[in-house]
Amino acid sequence: MSGSVDRELSPAPPLKLSLRGVRKSYVGRAGPVLAVDGIDLDVSEGEFVCLVGPSGCGKSTLLSLVAGLERPDGGAVLADGKPVVGPGRERTMMFQEHALFPWRTVEGNVRFGLELKEGLDRATRGEVAEHYLRLVGLEGFRRAWVHELSGGMRQRVALARALAPNPRVLLMDEPFAALDAMSRERLYEDLQRIFAARRTTVLFVTHNVREAACLGDRIVVMSARPGRVVGEVRVALPRPRDINRSDVVEHAREVTRLLSVPAGAAS
Amino acid sequence: MRRLAARAAFVGLALGAWQVASSLATSRVLLPPPADVLAWVGRAAADGTLAASALVTLRRLAVGYLLGLAVGLPLGVLCARWRLAEDTVGLAAVGVQSLPSVCWAPLAMLWFGANERAMLFIVLMGTVGSIVLATAHGIRSVPSIYARAARTMGSKGLHTWTSVIVPASMPAVVAGMKQAWAFAWRSLMAAEIYVVVAGHAGLGLLLHYGREFHAMDQVLGVILLIVTLGVAFDRLLFAPVEAALHRRWGTGRTP
Ligand SMILES: Nc1ncnc2c1ncn2[C@@H]1O[C@H](COP(=O)(O)OP(=O)(O)OP(=O)(O)O)[C@@H](O)[C@H]1O
Ligand SMILES: [Mg+2]
Repeated sequence: MSGSVDRELSPAPPLKLSLRGVRKSYVGRAGPVLAVDGIDLDVSEGEFVCLVGPSGCGKSTLLSLVAGLERPDGGAVLADGKPVVGPGRERTMMFQEHALFPWRTVEGNVRFGLELKEGLDRATRGEVAEHYLRLVGLEGFRRAWVHELSGGMRQRVALARALAPNPRVLLMDEPFAALDAMSRERLYEDLQRIFAARRTTVLFVTHNVREAACLGDRIVVMSARPGRVVGEVRVALPRPRDINRSDVVEHAREVTRLLSVPAGAAS
Repeated sequence: MRRLAARAAFVGLALGAWQVASSLATSRVLLPPPADVLAWVGRAAADGTLAASALVTLRRLAVGYLLGLAVGLPLGVLCARWRLAEDTVGLAAVGVQSLPSVCWAPLAMLWFGANERAMLFIVLMGTVGSIVLATAHGIRSVPSIYARAARTMGSKGLHTWTSVIVPASMPAVVAGMKQAWAFAWRSLMAAEIYVVVAGHAGLGLLLHYGREFHAMDQVLGVILLIVTLGVAFDRLLFAPVEAALHRRWGTGRTP
């Protein structure tokens, strides 16, 4: 492996995220909707934070704000203390639907972010893409088209594509919601293996409290209309964690309790 | 192999039906049998008329169609990007699209005279509308999540256009280009029957003379040639592109 590949593959230092009084509203058909309001959230370097909350509480909105795809109406979104002004490859994102490009092969998708990096030659990009495909267990599918893959394989490619530009924050919006339990559990193992080897700050949205307890260092619980943070649960269990272990389930129960507290009573 | 056999059988059946129909017709002039038509094709091919006319027509078609693409593609992009263009150019495209382009022939003759420019104008008016509409629609139908995903990986501005929006819109744009190609043929045949350019006889003019002289073997021969050219261009120009798109998107499989 050449020096530039090594450099490219050594994980970038993770970012610290801070949200301060973040407010965001949308103007929709039914008039303005206050999606999130007064969100304060800190995610430290290399921390894996899960966001859970009822549908429509603004979880995707928060990720879009951190990604820089949307701008807050009030408050501040800070990455390492600097305001986020737009999207950038130090904060990549995995979407609920895989959002892979059908006109590119599996490898072409993983290369997309690499092609935007200056100073990488073709061979280096190829080796880096290869590395991430191996990491997600799809090295044999380099030349496949996206529609030829199963749902779980697509999300693996999406993960490889999001990791390849070597982000400092990975934003994941319910990436496994559409998968069957078996593919999901395999992905939990792989995800834990991948993040054991690299410290990347992760903000992970999910509906699934067990998934949150299995993956997160911390679980942030939100309430809806407008979206607010109502509480959090720390998960200090050793990794790798099995989602069916009783202590994981215990933490998940605590999250469920927080979710069922009526809004307003929590603060 | 089986598909080839099916096609050959289909063509053979059509020829047989034609033979039977022409033997039932009261006069050979009404519906000449396949042999007469093929004989005319053979004569016209031998004396060079066929190749010369086909060349004249194909040249007009190519130039007019490329002109339509050159004008229509950018206008389509503009319509997709910009509300004002959509409300003006887009509306005009719908109007032009709904008008059979041979309607422009009287004006075109007046403006340009009976010459190549009049022909090209008519072909252009026949193609540009459908290209504008298909391009605008193709671009607008690109799921926004593609561009959002690209932007999180550092893509912006022109790069997002060239490496996300353009490839993502290809299935719809190519379908529009294919439709415009068919429109170009229709426009040009009407124009060639209507506008006679001295010294440049296209296939349409051969149809015109065929009618004047009641030479239905000639008319059917030219029709046969046009159909053959149409199928050939579809196979050579569009089918490979469509197949490539289908392979990528996983669409278009016959059961
Ligand atoms: N583009 C938009 N236009 C108008 N309203 C929007 C838009 N995006 C989100 N909203 C509104 O903002 C609120 C929060 O939406 P968001 O997608 O962030 O919720 P969510 O927590 O991700 O929900 P889910 O768990 O169902 O994905 C919702 O009430 C939604 O109606
Ligand atoms: Mg969501």
